[in-house]
Amino acid sequence: MTVTQAVFYLMATFTVGASLLVVLARNIVHCAIALVFAFFGVAALFILLDAEFLAATQVLLYVGGITILLLFAIMLTSRISARGGKIMNEQVGISAVVALALFGLMVYANLKGFPALVPPMLAASDNTASLGRLLLTTYVLPFEVVSLLLLAAMVGAIVLARREQGKD
Amino acid sequence: MATVSSETLMEQFYNAFETWGLPLFVPQLIVMVVVATAVLIFVAVSVMFMVWWERKISAHIQVRFGPMRVGGWHGWAQSIADGIKLLIKEDIVPEGADRLVFALAPMVVFAAGFAAYVIIPFGPGLIVSDLNIGVLFYISISSLTVVGIIMAGWSSNNKYSVLGAIRSAAQAVSYEVPLVVSILGVIMTVGSLSMTRIVEAQQGVWFVIPQLLGFLIYMIAAIAECNRLPFDIPEAESELVAGFHVEYSGMRFAIFFLAEYANMFTVSAIAAALFLGGWHGPLLPGWLWFLLKTYFLIFVMMWLRWTLARLRVDQLMNLGWKVLLPLAFLNMGITGLILVLRG
Repeated sequence: MTVTQAVFYLMATFTVGASLLVVLARNIVHCAIALVFAFFGVAALFILLDAEFLAATQVLLYVGGITILLLFAIMLTSRISARGGKIMNEQVGISAVVALALFGLMVYANLKGFPALVPPMLAASDNTASLGRLLLTTYVLPFEVVSLLLLAAMVGAIVLARREQGKD
Repeated sequence: MATVSSETLMEQFYNAFETWGLPLFVPQLIVMVVVATAVLIFVAVSVMFMVWWERKISAHIQVRFGPMRVGGWHGWAQSIADGIKLLIKEDIVPEGADRLVFALAPMVVFAAGFAAYVIIPFGPGLIVSDLNIGVLFYISISSLTVVGIIMAGWSSNNKYSVLGAIRSAAQAVSYEVPLVVSILGVIMTVGSLSMTRIVEAQQGVWFVIPQLLGFLIYMIAAIAECNRLPFDIPEAESELVAGFHVEYSGMRFAIFFLAEYANMFTVSAIAAALFLGGWHGPLLPGWLWFLLKTYFLIFVMMWLRWTLARLRVDQLMNLGWKVLLPLAFLNMGITGLILVLRG
């Protein structure tokens, strides 16, 4: 076993463990904190794949943005964090089916091997620069569509959060 | 600090291990541990100096002397004495605290602050690791600090801590955006995120001249990221006692304190590297220039802290979202326009 493999198994175990804690911890704040560690583990896996830019973005957006907003929301609703919530609810059966189907799909894909959608980049000296170039040339349409989607989501959030004039 | 200042020496070191038949990761691991220890010692010494320095500056601004007794000359050993005191104090965990999170929080905050030193270019070749995502690494790893602060605030089971943590999160999220956008002008000009390349590009003109607006926005946002006056709403003493670390004492408090000053050094060092030409300067050696510039910026931050009044929450949010962010976008747009026109 090479060092890279050892690091991979270490980080994979770490990520899976943290993810299990996210769904199994009784205290919702513990879940959110475990989520931070899970995201970090995923970032480490990205680094093992030589995708440093993705790793940094993962930490910046998921840890620095999304989880902090999650924690923020939990803090503002003080009752939730004090009470140990139930782990399961009435939809447990349906979710089990979906989770199993997804797991089966992933096992199948892993055993079969992924077809290479894009030829792997040859000796990319600067991943970040090539990523930026690709996003603004070959993949500019999906990139812009995603930007538009995010903009729409943002407008939606503002409309929801805005109070109507005169009403409160 | 020093990893590849003399590359032949490193090669000899690696070769020696190869002849002994050990795999390559053993010497790599040794180098990592040695470098990490060196950085840790540097951080500790630098923070002790900065604490003493800040006390002296604040004292002189308020027409006092500050610490004068410990160590003889102008109380230089005061920080060492305080450090020893904090080390031997009792470790108190408040009743009703979430013990695990309470213990983990200072570690998270310190780890985030410490990791940022990886990309600080102290001199030509004097960088722990010249990552090709350089600046981005710092931006992403520093966002972890807020998670640690929220963990500390929530686990303390104290309303003041929770309030401080919430304010801190709101402030950090608001000021991280202008901070990142203000750096973009420099990155666009250089065309690289690597710290070494950015400093090398400032051989002629320091970026503070073409990117003056970016520099000012960066410094304001950086002060806010450090939770220092005039942006110290998260730990406003008169309202929240001390904010998120009210319940911490002894060594755990010391770690928060260490991380805070270490962060101050980091943001100043990044500013020195991005805008003030890093190690470039006449006569003196590069690393000395770098430290001089960094400590000058730290001095400016201390100076502002002891002369300005605290901003209210609404003023803080207005400044961040309605003034700094549009200006940062303007700076980015103008830089892009000039780059395109120049071809």
